[in-house]
Amino acid sequence: MTELWLDGLLVCALLATAAGALLSRDLFRAVVMFIAFGLLMSLAWVRLRAPDIALAEAIIGAGLSGVLFLDAVSHLRRRPAGGAAEDD
Amino acid sequence: MIERARQALLGAACLLFTVCLLWAVRHLVALPAEQQALSVLLSRWLPDSGVSHPVTAVLLNFRSYDTLLEIGVLVIAGMVGISLARTSALEDPAMRSADPLLHALLRLFLPLLVLLAGWLLWAGSSRPGGAFQAGALLAAAGVLGRLAGLPMAFLRPGTLLRAGLVLGFSVFLLIALLGALDGRAFLAYPPGLAGALILVIEAGLSLSIGMILLALFVSAPVAPEEDADGGPPA
Repeated sequence: MTELWLDGLLVCALLATAAGALLSRDLFRAVVMFIAFGLLMSLAWVRLRAPDIALAEAIIGAGLSGVLFLDAVSHLRRRPAGGAAEDD
Repeated sequence: MIERARQALLGAACLLFTVCLLWAVRHLVALPAEQQALSVLLSRWLPDSGVSHPVTAVLLNFRSYDTLLEIGVLVIAGMVGISLARTSALEDPAMRSADPLLHALLRLFLPLLVLLAGWLLWAGSSRPGGAFQAGALLAAAGVLGRLAGLPMAFLRPGTLLRAGLVLGFSVFLLIALLGALDGRAFLAYPPGLAGALILVIEAGLSLSIGMILLALFVSAPVAPEEDADGGPPA
C-alpha cells in the first residue's frame, strides 16, 4: 500500500514538473524544472526495474542536457532579443 | 479560435496515444512469462554471450550492429558540432570562474568522477552500467572542469581530438572485421574471447563517447560579441 502511494506521488511530481517545464514563461525556471523532471524520471525508471535506463537518464537527461540548456539560457540572456542585427 | 481548436486537437491526440500505450502495457504484462519469446531466448543464450548482464549482452553481443551504428552516428554528430564552432580559443577567460568553492569541489569531484566512470565500465558486464553511462560520466567531469576554467587544450582540433573521436568506432569496427576475415560472421566474436573483447570495445567506446559529448559542449557556438580574438597559442 505504501508503495502504491509513493508511486502515485512520483507520478504526480513528474506531471507537475513536466507542466512546469512546458508552461513556464521564465526560461531559467523551465530549465530547472526540466532537470528536476529528469531526476524524478530516473527514479521512475528505477521503480520500473530498469536501472540501466535510470543511470543514463540521470547522467544525460538531467546532467548533461541540463548544463547545455543552462548554457543556452545564459547566452540568450546576454544577447537581448531586439539586437539581432549583428547576427550573421 | 483556430489556435484553441489546434490545442484541443493536440490534447485529444495525446490522450488517445496515452490510452493506447496503457492498453499495450496491460496486454504485455498479462502475457505469461513463457510466451515472452525474447526473454526466453535471451536467458537461454546468455551464458554464451561472455557477459552476465542481459542488457550488456544485447547491446554488445546479440545486437551489436545497432551499437556500432549508434557510435557512428555519435561520431558524425561530434564532427558536425566541432565544425560549427565559431570560437577559436578553447581557453575562454570569460568562462573562467573565480569561485573558490567550485575549485575546491572540483579537486574533490574530478578524481571521484573518473573513478566512478571506470567502475561503471567494469560493472557493465555483470550489473547495470556500461560504456554509455561511463562515457557520459567522463563528459560530465569534463564539463565541470570546463566550467571551472581548466585548460581544454586536448580538445583543440588536432591529432589527439581526431584519434579520440574515432577510437571507439574504429576499435569496434576492427574487431568486427577481424571476425569476418577469420571466417566467422561480421561482428561475431571468437568463442571464449567474447567477454574480454566486449570489455576492450566498451573501454574504447566510453573514452570516445566522453570526448564527443564534451566536444559538443565545449564547441557550442559563442555569441559574436564575446568571441575571443584567437588568443595566443598555448
